[in-house]
Amino acid sequence: MKKLINDPRSVVDESVEGFGLVHADLVTVSADPTFITRKDAPVEGKVGLVSGGGSGHEPLHAGFVGMGMLDAAVPGAVFTSPTPDQILPATLAVNSGAGVVHIVKNYTGDVLNFETAGELAQAEGVEVRTVLVNDDVAVEDSLYTAGRRGVGGTVLVEKIAGAAAERGDGLDAVAAIGDRVNGNVRTMGVALSACTVPHAGTPSFDLEDNEIEIGIGIHGEPGRHRIQMENANGITDRLLEPVLGDLGIASGDKVLLFVNGMGGTPLSELYIVYRRAAQVIADRGATVERSLVGNYITALEMQGCSISVLRLDDELTQLWDAPVHTAALRWGV
Amino acid sequence: MMLDVKWAVKWLTMCAQAMAEHRVELIELDRAIGDSDHGENMDRGFQAVLDKLAEAPPETPGAALKLTAMTLMSKVGGAAGPLYGTAFLRASTFLGDAAEVDPAALAGALLAARDGIVARGKAESGDKTMVDAWTPAAEAAQAVAAGGSGNVLAVLVAAAEAAEAGAVATDPLVARKGRASYLGERSAGHRDPGAASSALILRAAAGAAA
Repeated sequence: MKKLINDPRSVVDESVEGFGLVHADLVTVSADPTFITRKDAPVEGKVGLVSGGGSGHEPLHAGFVGMGMLDAAVPGAVFTSPTPDQILPATLAVNSGAGVVHIVKNYTGDVLNFETAGELAQAEGVEVRTVLVNDDVAVEDSLYTAGRRGVGGTVLVEKIAGAAAERGDGLDAVAAIGDRVNGNVRTMGVALSACTVPHAGTPSFDLEDNEIEIGIGIHGEPGRHRIQMENANGITDRLLEPVLGDLGIASGDKVLLFVNGMGGTPLSELYIVYRRAAQVIADRGATVERSLVGNYITALEMQGCSISVLRLDDELTQLWDAPVHTAALRWGV
Repeated sequence: MMLDVKWAVKWLTMCAQAMAEHRVELIELDRAIGDSDHGENMDRGFQAVLDKLAEAPPETPGAALKLTAMTLMSKVGGAAGPLYGTAFLRASTFLGDAAEVDPAALAGALLAARDGIVARGKAESGDKTMVDAWTPAAEAAQAVAAGGSGNVLAVLVAAAEAAEAGAVATDPLVARKGRASYLGERSAGHRDPGAASSALILRAAAGAAA
C-alpha cells in the first residue's frame, strides 16, 4: 500500500504539525503531550468544549476547533484513544471558569481515558460534564456489547453544542443540548473497501471486488453483514431504512441529512447517495431542512460513506445555522 | 515475612520483563478479537514504568504502585491504560504510606485493585475481560490471608494460580464488554488478552516475593 508518509511512527505528529501551520490563525498546537486549542482559548465566560479520539478520522476532531465549535481537540495514535495526560492539559487550557464539556465517542478506550481525565480535572477544581455519542444503528445488540458506537453524529453534536456554548449557555445546558442531539441522530455506514493503518501495513479486512460491508464503524472494523455490490440507490436504501426506522421518522418531521464520505469516495458519488436519501425521506412525508455532504469523519482512505439523520426542532436548527469558523466547517462569518 | 519497597520494584521490573517476553503473544491474542495493539501498549507502558522507577526511586510499596499507576495511565492508551492505572492506584491508596505489607494488607490491596477495575470498566465476571482473572485472584488471596497460616508468598502464589486459571477459562466465553463484544459469538474460542496480561502481572508479583 502506497502512502504519502515519512515514517509510520511519526504520522500523527507530522500531520498535526502541518495542520497547525496551515491554520495558525485559528488554532494553537501543543506538542508533548499533543493537543490542539482554539487560538483565543480560554474564551472568557464561555463553557469549553473538548473532544478527541484516535487519529485517522480527519478532519475530525482538530478540523472542528474554532469559533462556534470545539475549544480543543486531542488526537491519539491512529485508531487509538488519546491518554489522560493529553486530555487533562487540554481541558485545563480551555477552562475559563465556566467548566468544560467532554464530547466522547462511545468506544471503551475513549470512554475510560476521558473518564479518568475528567476525574483528574475535577480534582483540580474544573467542573466537567460528558456527552457520550452513540449514534451507530449497526450495533443491534447493545445489551451484550460495549454499546452503539459514536460515528457520524459526532460532527453534528460538536457543531450544535459548540453553538450553544458560544451563545453563552451554562455547563449543564450545553451538555443537555449535546445529549439532545445525540438522542435525535442515527447513523449507518458502508465500506466498499477496507483501510490500511500505517503501522500495520495491511488492510484491516479483506473485501472481494464484488463485495461491500454494511454497518461498518470508523476503524476498519467489520460491520453488520457482507453483501454483493449493488447500485447507489440500493445501498442508500439499505443504510437509510434502519436509520429512519430507529428514529421513528414520520410525516411532518423536519430533519438534517448528513452524507459523510469515509475518505476514499469522491464527492460526486456522495451527491448521488444524497439524492436518493432525500427522495426516500420526502416519500415518508418528512422534510430535509438542512444538509451536509462531504468527508467530515473518515477512516483513512476507506471507500464508502455513512448516512446520518438528525431530527430537528427550531432550537437545534437555529444552533446549526449559528456562525462557525473552523478549518473544516465555516459559515456565517 | 513482610513485603517492602524492594519487592515492589522487583515486581514491576519482572512485569516489564514479562510484557517484553510475551509481547507478540499478547498482540496475536488481540489480533483475533480486538485491534492487535495490547502487547505493544503493555510493553511500552511497563518500559516507561522502569524509566520512572530509575528517575525517582520510590520509598514505599504504595509509592511504587502509585508511580506505576500514573505511568500506565499516560503511556498505554486504549482501555488497558485506565484499567491497569486504576488497579494500581487503588492498591496504592489501600497500602498508604506503610513501609511493610503483611498478608492481610496484601490481600486487601489485591481486592482494591479488582474493585477499581470493576468500577472503571463496569464488566462483570464472565464478560470475557481481565475481571475474569482478577476476581478469582483476589478471592484466592483473601482465602489464604484469612486462613492466618499464610505468608505473603503463599498469598501471591494463590493469586497467580487463580488468575492463570481464570484467563484460561475465558477461552470459550462470548465477550460482552470491550471491542471484542462487537464480534458476538465469533469471540468464543479465543483467550481474552487483558486476562492473559493480568495473569502475567500477578505471576510476576509472586516471582518477586520468592
